[in-house]
Amino acid sequence: MTTSVKEILTQPLLTNNPIAVQILGVCSALAVTTSLNVTLVMCIALTLVTACSNLCISIIRNHIPGNIRIIVQMTIIASLVIVVDQILKAYAYEVSKSLSVFVGLIITNCIVMGRAEAFAMKNPPVLSFLDGIGNGLGYSVVLISVAVVRELFGSGSLFGFEILPLVTNGGWYYSNGMLLLPPSAFFIIGLFIWVSRTLIPTQVEKADFKIQPNTETSGAH
Amino acid sequence: MSANNDSIKKTLIVAILLCLVCSIIVAGSAVLLKPLQVKNKLEDKKKNILAAAGLLVEGKSIEEQFKQVSTRIVNLETGAYASETELSELAAAGFPVERFDQKKLAKNPNFSKKLAAKNDPASIKRKEKFAAVYLAKKDGAVDRIIIPVHGYGLWSTLYGFIALQGDAETIAGLGFYSHTETPGLGGEIDNPNWKSMWVGKKVHDASGSVAIDIVKGSVVAGNPNEINQVDGLSGATLTSNGVENLLRYWLGEQGFAAYLTSLDQGA
Repeated sequence: MTTSVKEILTQPLLTNNPIAVQILGVCSALAVTTSLNVTLVMCIALTLVTACSNLCISIIRNHIPGNIRIIVQMTIIASLVIVVDQILKAYAYEVSKSLSVFVGLIITNCIVMGRAEAFAMKNPPVLSFLDGIGNGLGYSVVLISVAVVRELFGSGSLFGFEILPLVTNGGWYYSNGMLLLPPSAFFIIGLFIWVSRTLIPTQVEKADFKIQPNTETSGAH
Repeated sequence: MSANNDSIKKTLIVAILLCLVCSIIVAGSAVLLKPLQVKNKLEDKKKNILAAAGLLVEGKSIEEQFKQVSTRIVNLETGAYASETELSELAAAGFPVERFDQKKLAKNPNFSKKLAAKNDPASIKRKEKFAAVYLAKKDGAVDRIIIPVHGYGLWSTLYGFIALQGDAETIAGLGFYSHTETPGLGGEIDNPNWKSMWVGKKVHDASGSVAIDIVKGSVVAGNPNEINQVDGLSGATLTSNGVENLLRYWLGEQGFAAYLTSLDQGA
């Protein structure tokens, strides 16, 4: 493994984005992207948790028994998430109210588990920490772009500031209510994946199987 | 080394040590941050009270603004303010006036009772004996009476405050601080436009019974009950019904009716 620090940090942003390429952690992307404020806090929380859990797991990686390694990872991740949740409740009460259960659900976010298992178990602490930051940022890139579209066209605002005055408040913009509902995030992430795979064709996976042409009738008796 | 990592002894040691360390971290953060969290919660409650009463001014400290509001505990059965003995009983059970938690009180068997289904239109299950009311004074006279309300909407219990003007009859504002209604439909109970419709409506009709009515569609202008009626939320009939039920319950005989009448006569 001779991956450079720079690659570890930048690769997950686009070329190996955890959401767009590995399709991990989509569930929270649907739930928390209706407003940018909430999304940003969620991104910071997830990046911190991924980085710190990677760090902790990497430090003790030589002592983790193979048969309980997933439980060990879960325990560390869960503890970190609870700490983050407590900190949010103490210092960012409003945001923590709107994030409600989703901070807790970082525990089940596949990105955190995925990086712990795939990277931190095999690599030294500092690299693992950076890998966590990188993947957290990759997650953030997708989430923030989804949130910009959803908040701008769904509620006509960004960070809560009115950009497109809504009809209900005497403006001209009819908000797109569907964008405030979870399915719209699927569409936007889908478009994101499409764009990113068109720009970087190497992201397109090889098909698992190839459909063979029909048996040639001429060869039959 | 990795070979004996999988031995039973090593597995147990790692598991136990890890659990110990993690539990210390989790417990430590919870205990250390608790005072801040409690303060946030209290401040949030005060903010909601002020907002429901329409007294909230942006940019001023909540503490400062809340000074005009006094908290009183009311005995819901008699409609009178709780006596000194009752207050000390409550304080002894962990419910002092400044940290009065009505949600918790409803779960305390000594201070609450189960509601029969027929008396429970708002599905609140247990009725507490005491409730906190918040009085905002202006020039020495009571200007706003802010009453906590809760009841079932579509998905879960809505918690909020309704503010009445000093006559205990005219609605000055309404606000819910905790609910999980569908965004865009039932969630529109947070819409300032809808909330502003409540201002100026009357609680009782001519015969003196609680007549708050959320009508389907829009209120017909000029109809005799217009003063009690508010437009329903489109696409959210169950939420609208829930709000109507809980307001009727809390302003009715089982709720604060006795208290509000006594206040009216006293004033």
